[in-house]
Amino acid sequence: MSMELTGAEIVVRCLRDEGVEYVFGYPGGAVLHIYDALFQQEQVKHILVRHEQGATHAADGYARATGRPGVVLVTSGPGATNAVTGIATAYMDSIPLVVLTGQVPTALIGNDAFQEVDNVGITRPCVKHNFLVKDVRDLALTLKKAFYIATTGRPGPVLVDLPKDVTAAKAPYVYPERVRIRSYNPVTRGHPGQIRRAVDLILRARRPVFYTGGGVILSDAAEVLTELVQRLDYPITSTLMGLGGYPATDRRFLGMLGMHGTYEANMAMHHCDVLIAIGARFDDRVTGNVEKFCPHAKIIHVDIDPASISKNVKVDIPIVGDVGRVLRDMLRVLDATDRSPDREALAAWWRQIEEWRAMDCLKYDREAPVIKPQYVLEQLYEVTRGEAFLTSDVGQHQMWAAQFYKFDKPRRWINSGGLGTMGFGLPAAMGVQLAHPDALVCCITGEGSIQMCIQELSTCKQYGLPIKIINLNNRYLGMVRQWQEFFYQGRYAMSYMESLPDFVKLAEAYGHVGMRIERREDVRPALEEALAMKDRLVFLDFITDQTENVYPMVPAGAGLSEMILV
Amino acid sequence: MRHIISILLENEAGALSRVAGLFSARGYNIHSLTVAPTEDPSLSRMTLVTSGSDEVIEQITKQLNKLIDVVKLVDLTEGPHIERELMLIKLRAEGEARAELLRLTEIFRGRVLDVTPTTYTVELTGTGEKLDAFLEAVGEGAILETVRSGTSGIARGERALA
Ligand SMILES: Cc1cc2nc3c(=O)[nH]c(=O)nc-3n(C[C@H](O)[C@H](O)[C@H](O)COP(=O)(O)OP(=O)(O)OC[C@H]3O[C@@H](n4cnc5c(N)ncnc54)[C@H](O)[C@@H]3O)c2cc1C
Ligand SMILES: Cc1ncc(C[n+]2csc(CCOP(=O)(O)OP(=O)(O)O)c2C)c(N)n1
Ligand SMILES: [Mg+2]
Repeated sequence: MSMELTGAEIVVRCLRDEGVEYVFGYPGGAVLHIYDALFQQEQVKHILVRHEQGATHAADGYARATGRPGVVLVTSGPGATNAVTGIATAYMDSIPLVVLTGQVPTALIGNDAFQEVDNVGITRPCVKHNFLVKDVRDLALTLKKAFYIATTGRPGPVLVDLPKDVTAAKAPYVYPERVRIRSYNPVTRGHPGQIRRAVDLILRARRPVFYTGGGVILSDAAEVLTELVQRLDYPITSTLMGLGGYPATDRRFLGMLGMHGTYEANMAMHHCDVLIAIGARFDDRVTGNVEKFCPHAKIIHVDIDPASISKNVKVDIPIVGDVGRVLRDMLRVLDATDRSPDREALAAWWRQIEEWRAMDCLKYDREAPVIKPQYVLEQLYEVTRGEAFLTSDVGQHQMWAAQFYKFDKPRRWINSGGLGTMGFGLPAAMGVQLAHPDALVCCITGEGSIQMCIQELSTCKQYGLPIKIINLNNRYLGMVRQWQEFFYQGRYAMSYMESLPDFVKLAEAYGHVGMRIERREDVRPALEEALAMKDRLVFLDFITDQTENVYPMVPAGAGLSEMILV
Repeated sequence: MRHIISILLENEAGALSRVAGLFSARGYNIHSLTVAPTEDPSLSRMTLVTSGSDEVIEQITKQLNKLIDVVKLVDLTEGPHIERELMLIKLRAEGEARAELLRLTEIFRGRVLDVTPTTYTVELTGTGEKLDAFLEAVGEGAILETVRSGTSGIARGERALA
């Protein structure tokens, strides 16, 4: 007979047996039993955030940086609703989270009890799955299922709602080694026939391009992707979410594609004859007008989620499976054939691409007396030798970071792409820093975004997280301002940020170091000084050009080849 | 095009709302939806009638399959199948109309379940079209109330969703 434990103890034991290092959370009445059980052990460490949104983003950052699921614990009612933005953020980018929410006792459910909210109902559209545990005897198995569902197939957040009485009741504890769910069997191995057809098409291509996305990162397939691309010597572009899946410093990499993608990447997409889409979901920020998308191309699409395939763009060779497995299988098929790509056609294609590249679409005014945001990122890249983990908030600064920081490794670029959640950057950086205590973690942000989760500066103090905050302070909700300049004849409604705090003093008030940088020549020394403070959080407030825009830009409704250039 | 999608799903609290929520969140049509437990009490069987272009129907089936609670599904309209709907209808039946209503009920192979001096309550099964035709035949003036079950469907022959 196994020991009887309370539901709260079972929760903590499950987390331990699942190998969970950190739980990000915030206490409240409905989860007090669980907090009490956490208090009485040491393996599972709890990080106390300052707002539940921060808990979900921190767990999310941890998950993106490690590939392991992030774990969140919040109380019922407002605790859970505060967490929803973070859950939706993780959902849109397919990030594995297990979110434990407190709930009123089962007998009170549906009674409009104190701090009651229908957590399962509220989160249903933004989780991969969720559970309400009504019987303590189901608890361990449910948690096992939650971890299993969150981390397999197309990953995503799973919520487990825990009524208070269930965490008090007792049951024998057994943590199942494995779990089978008859209605959930993700396909990971690609169809061999489809893979052979795909390789055949790849070898026949005259103007091929790889278009890769977040699926490469999620599948931990950067290495095998790199091998395949280099063996073929084909050009490759990546979505915002796939950056780092292929070394950005390699000449075959054309930079990001899409709305703010490079000229060469978007032109290569538009003119290619074979498009090899790997773990990317043809998002509207990437395709532009789908009617004009890759008009000459046959399309191969590898994705673990059948629903991603032919959703926005009809594809010719769909392959459902895990990126890593499928690409390894493709390499095997390539090994077994003596065919090789048409070198002459490929050389001509590369000449064309180099012409596009020579446009230097990311150029900006390097002589300007004001601090250009691009300059800060270039300097950051140099000073960190490309080795930093970068988290980002949402806006122009996010796009410049994606364009100017060259990621050679996966899981180094951590940002909210699908939901585009301002406020993500700082708490996400906390999760990354906890996962990699000795690594350099920088949060690229704007004066608008940083104020959305600024309270987490206090959490950083409590846990001694030496994050470097790079605030590109243009006194504007810059991305909004840019749209208003381009599409609303310069009517800047509510995009100017007035009454900004003194960020230096603010950082100091939280016990950190603050620096304000107003001159171009001070950028580099300031970065060097900040990075030298290895055990301190430094808030670098860069006063940047107010009206700089992100180029290139594909306006909404246009095709990828119809970019606005500098 | 109209499609009848037959779904085997976990008989769990919330499974129905996951399906319904999916349709409203993604803007798909639901013409009708019926659901009840099967002979295996852990499973429910749902018949969902929807419509859309081929691309939309493909997405609907993929998205449904993605729901963790969905065990299996089939688009019945892809092959030979049988569909039935049950209707209960209360008719105003007075004077001369009584005989006429009885005759119509017989022609449509309906059954009178309840009789009062002024009403008939009739049970009718068939395809939705047949039920519509009956309503047409009795005329709006005679109808006091109708209750329709929505379509249930099953494949012909050996094909089974189990
Ligand atoms: C202000 C702003 C501007 C933006 N501008 C751009 C832009 O210019 N360019 C751009 O690219 N994006 C841009 N985005 C991001 C955009 O909104 C989308 O988030 C992004 O394009 C989606 O990337 P993805 O296609 O790689 O998909 P992801 O969301 O990363 O999805 C991953 C795909 O891979 C699949 N997958 C997951 N795991 C596996 C596995 N193991 N094996 C196989 N497949 C798997 C999933 O099913 C999914 O289909 C912008 C966002 C913001 C906020
Ligand atoms: C929570 C949230 N609210 C609103 C938006 C819409 N939005 C996108 S970018 C942006 C401006 C961001 O301003 P800032 O953080 O200063 O960055 P900048 O664009 O100036 O670099 C806004 C308001 C959003 N993405 N997220
Ligand atoms: Mg700004």
